[in-house]
Amino acid sequence: MSSSTVDLHPPDPHGPQGAHGDVAAVHDHDPHHQHHFTTMEQQFDTSKIGMWLFLATEVLTFGGLFLGFGLMQNKYPQEFVEAHEHLQRPLGALNTVVLLVSSFTMVLAVLAARTKQPKKTVRYLLMTIACACIFLGVKYFEYSHKFEEGLLPGRFYSHHGDLIPGSHGYSTFFSFYFMMTGLHGIHILAGIGLLSWIAVRARRGEFSDAYYTPVDLVGLFWHLVDLIWIYLFPLYYLIT
Amino acid sequence: MSSHTEHQLDPKAEARTYTLTLTLLLILTAITVGASYIQFGSLNVVIALGIATIKASLVALFFMHLRHDKPVNAVIACAGFLFLGLFLLFTFLDVDTRDPLQPVNLKAVAPAAAAPAAAPAAPAKE
Repeated sequence: MSSSTVDLHPPDPHGPQGAHGDVAAVHDHDPHHQHHFTTMEQQFDTSKIGMWLFLATEVLTFGGLFLGFGLMQNKYPQEFVEAHEHLQRPLGALNTVVLLVSSFTMVLAVLAARTKQPKKTVRYLLMTIACACIFLGVKYFEYSHKFEEGLLPGRFYSHHGDLIPGSHGYSTFFSFYFMMTGLHGIHILAGIGLLSWIAVRARRGEFSDAYYTPVDLVGLFWHLVDLIWIYLFPLYYLIT
Repeated sequence: MSSHTEHQLDPKAEARTYTLTLTLLLILTAITVGASYIQFGSLNVVIALGIATIKASLVALFFMHLRHDKPVNAVIACAGFLFLGLFLLFTFLDVDTRDPLQPVNLKAVAPAAAAPAAAPAAPAKE
């Protein structure tokens, strides 16, 4: 197909319903098939590569924060061990389990979308959203506990009874703690939004094995959020 | 979508794989939490991060479908971690091989250059 024929009428009458003109006649036409892709498979692969590139930038974003955390841990080893004792290991473990289960329900949602079972897809997506909400609830509980004890980032740190009074190590630990778990929490929030959007579309029966790209890509995003927590959990809650 | 052409989608087998993956992930979580209560000295870090890496690989291979996916996606994922590795490696090489910034470690450059030498020395007093 020559792209020039497509370019002649770009924003035009054949909207999301797809073109019924000359281009459409070339392939058996899926309504989700966009003009500039030769096949649905090519379209899917292209989307997926884009998503993976985005995920790579996410790894690097969090990677910078992990690096900073590691450097500060080198600088204030004693303070970091002491500060980490303020985090509750059981709650961290609980959140880990919740996220792992949510990843599991997510992957089942993708499978249900591919096998064209809209009801099942929606149910699994809602379970994933429920897990995300539990995660945030636990996080809220943890955060408010820290606020009460004055375990806050930077100059807001006002906790008493540290072994090395006046050291910047404690407030540095909590700067990283709130920055990293906060950024991760924002990803969870974004994930809830994306999952809800996918659930609405799944309910309309939009997805099948021929077209399930949005479910798959949101799934990838969700697994990455899980994957980052898999590293956050031991670094903050377990390592002394 | 490679599954269209290369192998037929078997929903039951897929679901079984996912269940097994979740079970492994939960067992590994229990192990890593349990190990954190035992003192292995510096080995604790190695155990915790080692198990985290195994878990991350399981998620990437099975939940994120890298096992059956087009290789290009795995290449991109590995590239992300490779560059992160370089980032960590060279930063820590630098930091670990550098003398700490303390007044004792600062050397006077030349007697004549007293004024410029005073400037870099100043932050060290903090």
